[in-house]
Amino acid sequence: MKVSLFITCVSDIIFADVGKNTVEILERVGCEVDFPAAQTCCGQPAYNSGYLQEAKKSMKQMMRAFKDSKYVVGPSGSCVGMLKEYPAVFKGDPEWEEAANDLANKSFEITQFLVDVLGVTDLGSTFKGKVTYHPSCHMTRVLGVKDAPQTLLNNVKGVDFVELPVKEDCCGFGGTFAVKNPAISGEMVKEKSQHVSETNAEYLVGGDMGCLMNIGGRMRREGKNVKVVHITEILNTQEKGGGIA
Amino acid sequence: MSVKIGDVSYKDRIDKGIENEFMRQAVSSAQGRFRTGRLSQAEELGNWEDWRQLGSEIRTHTLENIDYYLQQLSDQVARRGGNVFFAETAEEANDYIENVVKKKQAKKVVKSKSMVTEEIGLNHCLENIGAEVVESDLGEWILQLDEDPPSHIVTPALHKNKEQIRETFAQKRGYDKSDDPEELAAFAREQLRKDFLSADIGITGCNFAIAESGAITLVTNEGNARMATALPDTQITVMGMERIVPTWEDMEVLVSLLTRAAVGQKLTSYVTSYTGARLEDEIDGPDDYHLVIVDNGRSKILGTEFQSALHCIRCAACINVCPVYRHVGGHAYNSIYPGPIGAVLTPLLDGYEDHKELPYASSLCAACTEACPVKIPLHEQLIRHREIIVEQEKKSPVAEKVMMKGFAKWASNPAAYKLSTKMARTALKPWTRDGNIENGPGPLKGWTDVRDFPAPPKQSFRTWWSNRQKEGKA
Repeated sequence: MKVSLFITCVSDIIFADVGKNTVEILERVGCEVDFPAAQTCCGQPAYNSGYLQEAKKSMKQMMRAFKDSKYVVGPSGSCVGMLKEYPAVFKGDPEWEEAANDLANKSFEITQFLVDVLGVTDLGSTFKGKVTYHPSCHMTRVLGVKDAPQTLLNNVKGVDFVELPVKEDCCGFGGTFAVKNPAISGEMVKEKSQHVSETNAEYLVGGDMGCLMNIGGRMRREGKNVKVVHITEILNTQEKGGGIA
Repeated sequence: MSVKIGDVSYKDRIDKGIENEFMRQAVSSAQGRFRTGRLSQAEELGNWEDWRQLGSEIRTHTLENIDYYLQQLSDQVARRGGNVFFAETAEEANDYIENVVKKKQAKKVVKSKSMVTEEIGLNHCLENIGAEVVESDLGEWILQLDEDPPSHIVTPALHKNKEQIRETFAQKRGYDKSDDPEELAAFAREQLRKDFLSADIGITGCNFAIAESGAITLVTNEGNARMATALPDTQITVMGMERIVPTWEDMEVLVSLLTRAAVGQKLTSYVTSYTGARLEDEIDGPDDYHLVIVDNGRSKILGTEFQSALHCIRCAACINVCPVYRHVGGHAYNSIYPGPIGAVLTPLLDGYEDHKELPYASSLCAACTEACPVKIPLHEQLIRHREIIVEQEKKSPVAEKVMMKGFAKWASNPAAYKLSTKMARTALKPWTRDGNIENGPGPLKGWTDVRDFPAPPKQSFRTWWSNRQKEGKA
């Protein structure tokens, strides 16, 4: 099966390992992965800030980049969720409506793709450690992916899983919200960090690097040594204990 | 009061809210209770998503035919001996009610909880013409004694604790007992009973006006609405024009959603329905009945992308799940309608000028949208507000505009974008220490005030990918 990686700009620039792990997982389950180099950002920073015209320029670039892809798979519930909004954004636009529908229909978040499209629930991974999971807001409430990440995590050998208290609460990232309303965002991430501490987990796992960068950045500031890892890192670990490189 | 509460700046309001540990503790624990209650009641009812869908359909249908249903309601109320007044503005509503008070030479008005009368500033108007106005909802009464605005649309005194309430009662009413909630409530009950018995006029809000019968339904846990509608000879109901349902059956659906979503109860202690004035062959009811239907900007929302905001049944479920509200409290919104629904409604009812920050006071986490029992896409409406602020109102900051123009150029130019993925590490190097940035420049500053920012890795994904392609895969 041919799959195009949608790496997301955050991982493209900062979290190279998330891209690598996503590629390796897809190949392990038999996909042929390509990386359309013309991809940029899904447009969410502009779209969520009310800059619709600016967002559309970014979105059009994404539609051009993935024009020939059969499946588009990305390691982020939020960024893939944004692609799913394209049809609403370009509704009635004679030039782009069809491309928007096409991209939205063929795009999937990585765990969603594994579980719902490929029917893979066990990657034969092993990861030793006490792990908690933050279900990011856009993954669960915008994209509607609630069970897939947990299903995959449950089948990783060696994971000592502990539930995150009030896990559905936002971490305070919210893209431009974190810089536009830093005081409120700061209080939200402090609370999330506190909840992570309550679990005594060694690893905080999530499916969106934006949120993990926020929570991880706060925990580092507080001197906590909880390791923050994207779910693909856990799923792509076969024998040893994990941790971000 | 009106929609807007005061003149304190947005930043100061936020800081004040965040510094108020005490209020935040109270809000946080209340949110916890409301959330648990709502979820368990939704589960017990079963098929919650179907109920939400039904609720949403009833609201959509009603708003799409609101002219018809308002006419029907008006005819039914008139047929039952009531007077109906359509007020286009807050002033028209207040003037009409003032005239009723004057004509009755009323000295005392007893009220049950009503957001729309807060919105139009009714109490102030009536006090100006010499009437004594008594709020009979416990929370509202506490706030009235303390001259404090509401911070929540269902539990208006949520930001106060029992010690503060005891203090208010002691200072304003000579209360000398403990801060035990039962003793406090007993005192309020005793005080308010005198007011119910001596009031000339009862004024209530309206949860649901039932078009087919002209009945007004009020939902309370204290029974105060029943007292306010049973005792005074003159009754006035003030309703926002959208608070209407076609039939009793529709009301039953919405009331089932309301009490569960609002307070996690299958039903509140009192659901009161009443119609018009006492007719000739009846023994109960007021001598004189008035229904004041308030537009005050609502009809301008009809037919716009914000129409579904008028679905709101004022349950506050969105407020009760909102993490922003939890940390800043209701007063930070500077509107009698706080939280996510407040951030959507306030600019619509009172303009963008004084409320342009509200649509951004959200991480767009969508917890509000998920909680709403009538399916208002609240977080999406906040984005629509932001689009209007940027593109029509032109109220977004210059630096942000420049940044977004830059974003559009960057994200629509693959070569420039690709270069930035390669250069990011070098560009951020001056601020990087131990793989992280602790004091970021420019737009990163807000971020690094509270958390670290990771530096880009030595090898970018794209370098890894192209090396791998050259090697014919690892």
